Amino acid sequence: MLEARRLECTRGERRLFSELSFKLGRGQLLRVAGANGSGKTSLLRIMCGLVAPSAGELRWRGRPIRAEREEYSRNLVFIGHLNALKDDLTALENLQIAAALGGMPADAGRMLAGLDRFGVAHCAELPAKVLSQGQRRRVALARLALSPAVPLWILDEPFSALDVGAVVELERLLSAHLAPGGMVVLTTHQEVQVVAHAVLRVDLDAHAAALLAA
Amino acid sequence: MIRALGWVLRRDLLLAFRRRGDVVNALVFFVIVVSLFPLGVGPEASQLRNMAPGVLWVAALLACMLSLARLYAPDHQDGTLEQMLLAGEPLVVLVMGKVIAHWLVSGLPLVLMAPMLGLQFDLPGDALAVLCVSLLIGTPILSLIGAVGAALTLGVRGSGVLVSLLVLPLYVPVLIFGAGSVGATASGTGAEPHLLLLGGFLALALVLAPWASAAALRIAME
Amino acid sequence: MSKSQRFSWFVFSSPQSFYPLAGTLQPWFAALAFLLCAAGLYIGFLVAPTDAQQGESYRIIFIHVPAAWMSMFIYLVMGFWSGVGLVLNTRLSSMVATALAPTGALFTFIALWSGALWGKPTWGTWWVWDARLTSELILLFLYIGFMALQAAIDDPRRADKAGAVLALVGVVNIPIIYFSVQWWSTLHQGASVSMKSAPTMAATMLLGMLVMALGFWMYSIAATLARVRCVILERERHTDWVAAEIGGQS
Repeated sequence: MLEARRLECTRGERRLFSELSFKLGRGQLLRVAGANGSGKTSLLRIMCGLVAPSAGELRWRGRPIRAEREEYSRNLVFIGHLNALKDDLTALENLQIAAALGGMPADAGRMLAGLDRFGVAHCAELPAKVLSQGQRRRVALARLALSPAVPLWILDEPFSALDVGAVVELERLLSAHLAPGGMVVLTTHQEVQVVAHAVLRVDLDAHAAALLAA
Repeated sequence: MIRALGWVLRRDLLLAFRRRGDVVNALVFFVIVVSLFPLGVGPEASQLRNMAPGVLWVAALLACMLSLARLYAPDHQDGTLEQMLLAGEPLVVLVMGKVIAHWLVSGLPLVLMAPMLGLQFDLPGDALAVLCVSLLIGTPILSLIGAVGAALTLGVRGSGVLVSLLVLPLYVPVLIFGAGSVGATASGTGAEPHLLLLGGFLALALVLAPWASAAALRIAME
Repeated sequence: MSKSQRFSWFVFSSPQSFYPLAGTLQPWFAALAFLLCAAGLYIGFLVAPTDAQQGESYRIIFIHVPAAWMSMFIYLVMGFWSGVGLVLNTRLSSMVATALAPTGALFTFIALWSGALWGKPTWGTWWVWDARLTSELILLFLYIGFMALQAAIDDPRRADKAGAVLALVGVVNIPIIYFSVQWWSTLHQGASVSMKSAPTMAATMLLGMLVMALGFWMYSIAATLARVRCVILERERHTDWVAAEIGGQS
């Protein structure tokens, strides 16, 4: 469903990667690996459509994403390094805005359920600035709990700042998303225990894609 | 789409409300700058009356420009701007929501404060009324043009001063006709042509500026 | 705009092939510029008759008006190439726009200085807020803004595109600004102080200004070609052909 053809990324003067091709199908997890600075985040941003690759193209359901950016954006959720939380808004309000911009219903009950999934329901009425790093990460990830219907999840280091319990919860959530045919792309430095139809690995350092049957 | 605009508008208004201090600071800046001029040129009434439209307009312009730093930069820093680019809504709509919120918070208070300051300059009543109307039409134009400048300089070092450099020359027509309308009222020649032209600028800015600002945002986020 | 229309569009649209072309053309344009400017100055300072009202000091008009024309023209050309670079995503067009800006700013500056030199003997003041001078001043700010924006952004492609948006916004605004300043000037000063040339324009005066304008145009092209070569070398310094070029020269 998501196909990359000969992607190339040049940041400033450095060519981070070139001739990168892969296909991500339903129920598959794509793990992007590589050392710091190898272009993982750049690749993810290209996959979101935020950045145009310097060569090659990305296709969603057979059509180039450049042609229908808005339509493509509706089919993905991106959670990056930054938590995209406003310090002065409460966790609940932050989630509501995120849901509303994602075209989903933003009623409080649904938001609380999402927060509860990651164990931060008690933080709902607290402004984000008083929350700890881990709590903020969980509030950011709570968006995923609201987005089972969105096919493609693109996550940049989602496990960072999470404690063991939250890691397990996230893995459960990812498996639950992959089972009915959702797709997940993520970068992480740790091993991921997720059930998927297949796990692809793109190692930017080695610049090879290997398909591992799960 | 309107729903998304409403959400962005509400969000920005809520944020401004929670950081009331920032908003009030800009207003205080307006008052201080206006008060500096009599201190600089002397308190002679007729001279101040002549200067008043220009002084008030320039101060409003500067206050508006200072507040541009709050438009996109905070969202850029915490990652929410990125999410807006990824929302399934047209970016132009979201930009419009932010600009409306910016105007309500930074422009409208200037319109409300201006009569009081105009009295300090001994402007007659009808001139005060025209001043308010000209600011009412003009400050949205300042916000719209400013949104383009703010988007172009997003994340760039020295962006505070750079925005002024980019945006102030573009403000000149608004300044000329805004201050001109008040001057025309004071001298009896009638302000309608000026206000109509300002209205024309506003229409043009409403059509072009959000689109240019959205394009500049995408360029800045690449 | 004439330089790329004379040749097949695609062949010279890459920096690598444009570089030698620019190098070949540049001396010719420089020579033309020298000849035309010399001719223009000759006409302006020696041939054209003395003005009845302003005496000899009006002759500065032969520099002031052509410089003002060029400053406007270059901005439009810069906006055009910037726009092409933005829409078609070509690097060379954006490089040309970047190379044009300093020349445009230079002419704006010349127009302002020559205006001041005209003002002093004629009206006794070094600066006059007439419509043209004020518009030129704002145009100078627009040029400086463009150059400052491009200088402040590190990533060259982002600088190209952001500059393009700014230049296009400027192109849309310039008629509005010019119109506003025109209106402002007539309102506040009436018709007394104006740098519009002497009411009766002798044919030789017009000829002189046109020749100077052509000379300035040739100069602009020559300067831009030289500058764009520098920009190309800098931007493409990681490619093999530039390494060979620089290696061959040292």
